[in-house]
Amino acid sequence: MKYFRKSKGEPTRSKVSLLTITSYLTLLCLILPVFIIIPISFESQRYLEFPPKGFSLQWYKHFFTHYEWKAVTWTSFKVAFFVTILATILGTLASFCFVRTNFRGKELLFGFVLSPMVMPVIILAIAIYFFFAKLKLIGSVLGLVFAHTILAIPFVIVIVTATLQGFDVSLERAAMSLGASRLRTFFKVTFPLIRTGLLSGALFAFLTSFDEVIIAIFISGTTANTLPKKMWDSITKEADPTLTAIATMLITLTVSLLLFLEFFRRRQVSKQLSRQSSIAQEE
Amino acid sequence: MCFVSEGLENLDIIRLRLHTVVEKLSGNPIYLILPLILYMSFFYVYPLVRMLGMSLFSPQFTLQYYREFIETGIYLQSLYITLKISTLVTILCLLIGYPLAYYLSGLPPHKANVLLTFVLVPLWTSILVRTYAWIMILGRNGILNQTFMKLGLIDEPVMVIYNIVGVCIGMTHVMMPFMVLSLYSVMTGIDRDLLKAAQNLGARPLETFRRIFLPLSMPGIFAGSVLVFIISVGFFVTPALLGGRKDVMISMIIEQAVSVFLDWGFACATAFILLFLILAIFLISGKMIGFEKLWGRRA
Repeated sequence: MKYFRKSKGEPTRSKVSLLTITSYLTLLCLILPVFIIIPISFESQRYLEFPPKGFSLQWYKHFFTHYEWKAVTWTSFKVAFFVTILATILGTLASFCFVRTNFRGKELLFGFVLSPMVMPVIILAIAIYFFFAKLKLIGSVLGLVFAHTILAIPFVIVIVTATLQGFDVSLERAAMSLGASRLRTFFKVTFPLIRTGLLSGALFAFLTSFDEVIIAIFISGTTANTLPKKMWDSITKEADPTLTAIATMLITLTVSLLLFLEFFRRRQVSKQLSRQSSIAQEE
Repeated sequence: MCFVSEGLENLDIIRLRLHTVVEKLSGNPIYLILPLILYMSFFYVYPLVRMLGMSLFSPQFTLQYYREFIETGIYLQSLYITLKISTLVTILCLLIGYPLAYYLSGLPPHKANVLLTFVLVPLWTSILVRTYAWIMILGRNGILNQTFMKLGLIDEPVMVIYNIVGVCIGMTHVMMPFMVLSLYSVMTGIDRDLLKAAQNLGARPLETFRRIFLPLSMPGIFAGSVLVFIISVGFFVTPALLGGRKDVMISMIIEQAVSVFLDWGFACATAFILLFLILAIFLISGKMIGFEKLWGRRA
């Protein structure tokens, strides 16, 4: 009898829909807690309520008119900017080494440079705190840049090595055999092709630094407060409703960066496709 | 004028020199890693080694800080709590994340990519924002309690925050993307024709899943669980904000030792106990399934 059961091809419909429903529910549970803050941030009362009673921009106004919030945001931008540059350069150079060469202990070294990804930030934070206390780098933008770069490098390396692995080295050889110098080859051939990878590496480095809180708690001191550090103080001490406005803006930042990347990637792909098809037509 | 042209000549020479240096270096990509190694030695390895020194010398060699940790009940208790919470979070992530990853991996890539945004956006949203959101939802006068009281389901606010329940909810939410992405990357590599073959041979859907898909997705389960567990063990922000006085995790002990008790030696020793724990988990699981699979692709 077993062989006559009607079970091949499509599984029973109810099972599929159950899986679909649970999956969508899980996705909803992932995204909803993030987005629930957005309506609350437009609350018009003195205290926060859900659903909000009326619409106002008072908390946004509060953020943009208070010197302190503006100052910490500016510090965060500065730190993240320099981290992006430093991490992208160091990470990209190293990625070339990892993809293009073979040497003994390469796997081990690769694991080592990625290890800050799984290293508890609290451990790194206090190690750097004790070290920087001696170097007198506590409370300086420079100190934050140096520390955050360690956290940002693995993301750059993961993304750029993945990009380089899909890169056809014979293109570079062709350029050089036609007389281009290495530098020229890099800027005319290699760079345009790995640009998307570099850009995503850089953006993730930026976000890593811009959202980092634990290291900032320890080493920003009183003179280099970052936005997450101030948010942390606010959550643990007074729970200022301005936080909802800031949270909304941070979410917008993340979403727009991710969308921008996706847009950029698609444009690159469609460009390559159209180029290939035009070459095919010429042939 | 002569002065200017001389300057230009010098500039040319410098440029030429720079050029040869660049040529030489870029011809041998192995040198390209040197800046990174120098940087990481100075800002990553050295601080950690220094911290190890601080945990062992005071100023003579001593094991007092480690002994303090082992001999004090509170600290062992917090180690136990840390492992308990991490295990719970890993299991929850696996149970909730597996069906989602299974569903996503069976979709056509363009559709899966759209839905994966729902996983990536939380992953890249500031951890403070996510934790703050959970405070707003689970808090005493939070959305959950307000809604339930309006509906008449409860008479007074239930406490789902500042205890282990809150920590588990918040951490599961934070860790879920890691689990789903680990599972997803393994599941997309599974040949779906195998499932059809099994069903054509008469296997029920559930049997097909249990005997074909589940074993093949094992590397993903393993990698995802190890990743979530390791990150959970050293996690700080969410447990510190959502946890209660009783549920102190190791990371919070370290933070308190530094900023409240100013006991730097003890903080360093505790940090190293945590680090050894993570290293041990990592090495054992790496030996079992291979290190490459542990890293997987993430971002």
